[in-house]
Amino acid sequence: MARLTPDNQQRARELIALYPHSRSALIPILHLLQGQDGYLSEDGMGDVAELLGLTAAEVRGTATFYDMFHLEPVGRYVVAVCTNIACMLQGAYRLLEHAEERLGVAPGGTTGDGLFTLEDAECLALCGNAPCLTVNWRFFGDVDLGRFDTLVEDLRAGRLDDEVPPHGTLSRVQRATGLQAGGEGAAGAASEGVPAALPTHLDLDTRRTTAAVASMDAGHLEGGT
Amino acid sequence: MTVTDAPRIISARLGKPRSWTLETYLADGGYRGLRAALAMTPQQIHDHVNVANILGRGGAGFEAGRKWGMLRKAEPLYLTINGDESEPATFKDHALIEGDPHQLIEGSLICAYAIGADQVFIYTRGEFPLAIERLEAALNEAYAYGAVGRNIFGSEFSIDIVVHPGAGAYICGEETAMLESLEGKRGYPRIKPPHFPAAIGLYGAPTIVNNVETVSNLPWVVLNGGEAFAALGEGRSKGTKLIALAGHVKRPGNYELEWAKVSFRDLMYDPRLGGGIRDDNELKAFIPGGVSSPWLGPEHLDVLLANDAIAAVGSMAGSGSVIPMDHTTCTVRVAWRIVRFFHRESCGQCTPCREGSGWLEKILERIENGQGRESDLDLLMDICDNISPGVTWPPAQTTICVLGPSMPPAVAAGIRTFRDEYLAHIREGRCPLPPDRLPRKLAHV
Ligand SMILES: Cc1cc2nc3c(=O)[nH]c(=O)nc-3n(C[C@H](O)[C@H](O)[C@H](O)COP(=O)(O)O)c2cc1C
Ligand code: SF4
Ligand code: FES
Repeated sequence: MARLTPDNQQRARELIALYPHSRSALIPILHLLQGQDGYLSEDGMGDVAELLGLTAAEVRGTATFYDMFHLEPVGRYVVAVCTNIACMLQGAYRLLEHAEERLGVAPGGTTGDGLFTLEDAECLALCGNAPCLTVNWRFFGDVDLGRFDTLVEDLRAGRLDDEVPPHGTLSRVQRATGLQAGGEGAAGAASEGVPAALPTHLDLDTRRTTAAVASMDAGHLEGGT
Repeated sequence: MTVTDAPRIISARLGKPRSWTLETYLADGGYRGLRAALAMTPQQIHDHVNVANILGRGGAGFEAGRKWGMLRKAEPLYLTINGDESEPATFKDHALIEGDPHQLIEGSLICAYAIGADQVFIYTRGEFPLAIERLEAALNEAYAYGAVGRNIFGSEFSIDIVVHPGAGAYICGEETAMLESLEGKRGYPRIKPPHFPAAIGLYGAPTIVNNVETVSNLPWVVLNGGEAFAALGEGRSKGTKLIALAGHVKRPGNYELEWAKVSFRDLMYDPRLGGGIRDDNELKAFIPGGVSSPWLGPEHLDVLLANDAIAAVGSMAGSGSVIPMDHTTCTVRVAWRIVRFFHRESCGQCTPCREGSGWLEKILERIENGQGRESDLDLLMDICDNISPGVTWPPAQTTICVLGPSMPPAVAAGIRTFRDEYLAHIREGRCPLPPDRLPRKLAHV
């Protein structure tokens, strides 16, 4: 696997159509490619270059600027432990050292079985639940050493597969309409209710810590008091 | 929750069950602001925003209405929403996108209508997949509902919104770097002038860049009027602000507070807010407006959370992230971590930023590890002076953007206020505060 699959080629063309200039679709398409293979292969990037009329150097040169893109294969789960200030103040380096010991790799390394890649991350914007980490960019907050071990067990056993898709998967919800879709515009104007036929999508409720739910958990932002 | 009885303007739905769905949003009166806006002229909305005096919530605090007024008249014209939030210890936009995407969409549409934009791009930090999923899902709902797309709610107004993911680069939060990134390039900030986005922005066209929180205020402002917004707060700081409180408090989290009515002491110690310093420790220092802002100390606890009040004591409100640190905190280590962040995130275009950040990191690391020299203190200040001549606040700039000048405050705070602590590291050959060393294995920068 390396080149974009026909399905992804099609989606890439849809992404290009969203922008006034095709090159703007480069980063979204690289996310597609990474979602397909877990990393950006040379062949895949060549494909993307062709699709956008860019040189291989332009594609590679852009991709290498961004931390989320991996140009070499990584583990099935990329565990990114935030060590930035809010997390550091709450013991993130202890957590990172524990993670190193538990997984047997230093930041940047991948376990022998190809399951885990460990990263030492910058602020993940979940600082109210420090220390925190992401697995394939899905959030886990208030992680103590015990919770870390449980998390690793759960991942190994595949118990979190619904919530943590394979590395590289960005959005599992796709845009349902083309540009300037008129749709039920008039209907919306007439009836102020929820349209009968809403596009179906993934259930986006999650048991994991989210930035919004974190506020609720702590009893914050509850009206009144 | 506010310690005054100010309404919750932007955080009303955060934490409610399924707050991100159209159903919840409509049940709470959602999209009434957009309907009201479409019944007004763009100029009327602009007037409300001018009266409301909404200072940009992305960090620079520039008046939104004034920025809109600076748009070069030309076609096409773009609106880009900055949802790249990566400033350390800032986590308010994350909550707003993930928890209330419809409010963001509605605010963006009101803004687009007011400025006459041809297309809207919401640049969302790539590491927020759940936020992106909820935003895309909300957008699908909004299209089906007729709130986005052709002839919105049966009016003459048509516009599209595109959700654009970033891919991991703090610098892409800087507005011109964001535009480069949106054009499919490396996120190198542009030189201003001439590249003020309102004149020469996305694809060279006039462009408004506004922060997620800034536009999330608009549905309320349109419904309640600019004067109701301006009745809250004091001086230049009107309305409310979502404050991200992190660090050594008992109850970290996002709190929506009326500007200029709440002091840092209230924020940190009020049982409904921060609830006090952890373990009832002593407060050593706090960072009042994101890690780029100069540090304040316990003597500043009664300063009010307001742009002018914070500026008057030599710092800034910035993006609204507050980080208290207790007496067990090593200020060398904190400065080292902040500088390390900027070193990793420097885009590398300017020598003082690219090289200076690396040197600051190395020198702070050796001081923290007990291998520093007394001359290192002057050396640190000298490097800071190269990045930002005079090491003053607001900072002088030798670089293309202000990422570079964001580094000296943390270092200067240490050397000026906690000089003895720096010297103790050097004289004792170790960090006097536990844990006494940096982690052995640090990922490669
Ligand atoms: C290094 C750097 C990083 C920035 N990061 C962000 C960010 O993540 N989000 C944001 O809204 N503004 C950020 N800004 C500020 C933007 O350049 C810009 O001022 C802001 O998005 C304008 O929106 P506003 O006027 O509504 O605040 C950053 C600025 C700099 C110099
Ligand atoms: S100051 Fe730093 S981040 Fe900003 S343009 Fe220069 S090198 Fe890049
Ligand atoms: S500092 Fe760790 S998430 Fe912000």
